[in-house]
Amino acid sequence: MNLFASIRVALVALRVNFLRSALAMLGIIIGVASVIVLVSISEGTKRAVEAQIDSFGASLLIIRPGSSIFGGRRGGAGSASPLTDLDVRAVREEIAGLSGVSGEVRTSVTAVFGGVNWTTSATGVNADYFDARGWIVDEGRAFSAAEDESGRRYAVIGQTLVNELFDGASPVGQSLRVRGQPFEVIGTVEPKGETSWGQDQDDVIFLPLETARSRLGAGVRGPTRDPVQTIYADVSAGEDTDRVIADIQDLLRIRRDIAPGAVDDFSVASLAEFIRARNETENQLGLLLAVGAGIVLLVGGIGIMNIMLVSVTERTREIGLRLAVGAKRRDIRNQFLIESIVLCLIGGGLGLVAGIGGTSVYANVGQLDIAVSPLIVGVAVGASLFVGVFFGLYPAQRASRLNPIDALRFE
Amino acid sequence: MSALIDCRNLTKTYEMGDTTINALAGVSITINQGEYVAVMGASGSGKSTFMNLLGALDTPTSGELQVAGNRLSQLNADALADFRSGSIGFVFQQFNLLPRTPAVENVALPLVYAGVPAAERNRRALARLEQVGLAERSHHHPKQLSGGQQQRVAIARALVNDPAIILADEPTGALDSRTSEEVMAIFDQLNREGITIILVTHEQDVADHAKRQLVFRDGLVVEDRS
Ligand SMILES: Nc1ncnc2c1ncn2[C@@H]1O[C@H](COP(=O)(O)OP(=O)(O)OP(=O)(O)O)[C@@H](O)[C@H]1O
Ligand SMILES: [Mg+2]
Repeated sequence: MNLFASIRVALVALRVNFLRSALAMLGIIIGVASVIVLVSISEGTKRAVEAQIDSFGASLLIIRPGSSIFGGRRGGAGSASPLTDLDVRAVREEIAGLSGVSGEVRTSVTAVFGGVNWTTSATGVNADYFDARGWIVDEGRAFSAAEDESGRRYAVIGQTLVNELFDGASPVGQSLRVRGQPFEVIGTVEPKGETSWGQDQDDVIFLPLETARSRLGAGVRGPTRDPVQTIYADVSAGEDTDRVIADIQDLLRIRRDIAPGAVDDFSVASLAEFIRARNETENQLGLLLAVGAGIVLLVGGIGIMNIMLVSVTERTREIGLRLAVGAKRRDIRNQFLIESIVLCLIGGGLGLVAGIGGTSVYANVGQLDIAVSPLIVGVAVGASLFVGVFFGLYPAQRASRLNPIDALRFE
Repeated sequence: MSALIDCRNLTKTYEMGDTTINALAGVSITINQGEYVAVMGASGSGKSTFMNLLGALDTPTSGELQVAGNRLSQLNADALADFRSGSIGFVFQQFNLLPRTPAVENVALPLVYAGVPAAERNRRALARLEQVGLAERSHHHPKQLSGGQQQRVAIARALVNDPAIILADEPTGALDSRTSEEVMAIFDQLNREGITIILVTHEQDVADHAKRQLVFRDGLVVEDRS
């Protein structure tokens, strides 16, 4: 008996017991659908995280005073002495494997243009900052290292300001007032969008660091000269991030006179590592849910096996007849195996549709960029095929081992 | 010329708890090509058991059985399937048609397992339905056919593989006397065409169609009249 004929027989048998077949499929449908939704979401989240890391600069190190940047307890941030321009220069000149180093100070300001006020973050940075943090100048230019040191009143502004103050028109060459002082807009940067915690990264004015400090008092606190709040250092491609971090730590411990064995009063961290680490816990949750989906699939498979055993019992006389007219044992086995596979593939197909539907609903609601990858579709089909064979084999074997006369006489 | 069916001291026993039932207690008989045999006897005398052994639906407890050149005790499961497919056509008392399946597909079923392509299956099945006078019912489902018509479909199915032997266990048992006659007329015709027919019956007028009558009692052939 050929495959096509067997599939037809299987479809007829399934249609005859439509409701029962549908119920038997339910486990497979739910299992496959949830696998697809979960995997798609976790893939989507992973992509979003990587995109976010890219938007920050994938190889970026963040250096701050205080013992810990992350985890909410920036122990001693206030008490630890600030980093300074000299630290920036030391890192830039003495650490190998960095392609850009910049200090940063920030303060909140109101910018005014043409009678419109806009409260934003004035961020004082060195010239290297744009490359290090992956900001791309899309109009005009950024300031040079020399302009940065000489304290020129230049501004490079983000897209939000372009929209809010200039109505989207080109701001380059215009004069912007910040805290009553005129700043010439020399460039704009390409938008980066929101961070995952909803902060608008484009709502920003970049100024030369020295300008921001001296004109706006950004980052100035206490008696320290030339303070910076944060140092960003971009690790060159191919460099060992851990080694670079260790080098920076050694350098700063010496510069800050930290006794051997004492705790650092500053921290050096890789943002990418932090984001990945945070996402790791989410991945583990995803794994747990995937295990759950696997169990649903297993239960679904047991449902299939149960229904196939019922089907074999119900059709014992039919099996006897088929044997009497010349069917071989393997014909009978294949017939029921194909029936189970067809059942599971239909269930898997419906699960796939439900899964894709569920994923797109989730993507719409969550405003996420989630796509069902072909790989997942393959996995879903493969999984239902596997369940069909695995749980169909025993009932099919049982059917094929029936003795012709016992099967024919069965009531 | 060797006999088409040759059985020697055939026995079949069933163990039911501590009692042993001798369904067949040693049957030795030969049947030649082209014979028309009626098997008779009281209920429980071993008629069906005998038929099932001839058609390789069941295996004897002891004894030798040779059918159409095959020593059945030496065949494995696949070879037995080939034997049933190639040499035997079964007709059952309860027709045993597949429900929800058109007559023509029921008739073609043995050809499916014989590996005949679909178009050829259909052609041969239709020819056999025509032979039993049901050409115009080929797409009816069993439920839409009378008992006599269903049994004729079953006969067409038994014929479709061109078997050497038709084994019919009480083929008229579920039919009234008029339809019985219709069905028996078909068997008569088939036998005239040279097919060996062995049928079980309780009714003398059905048995009278055959040219030889075997009477069973307690698992033995007690009468063999021609
Ligand atoms: N599977 C079985 N298990 C136990 N005993 C069986 C089995 N099949 C048949 N028998 C017994 O074997 C004996 C012969 O049975 P068989 O079916 O051959 O009788 P029969 O002549 O066909 O009877 P009937 O005319 O009622 O069909 C009976 O006593 C029956 O009870
Ligand atoms: Mg009987």
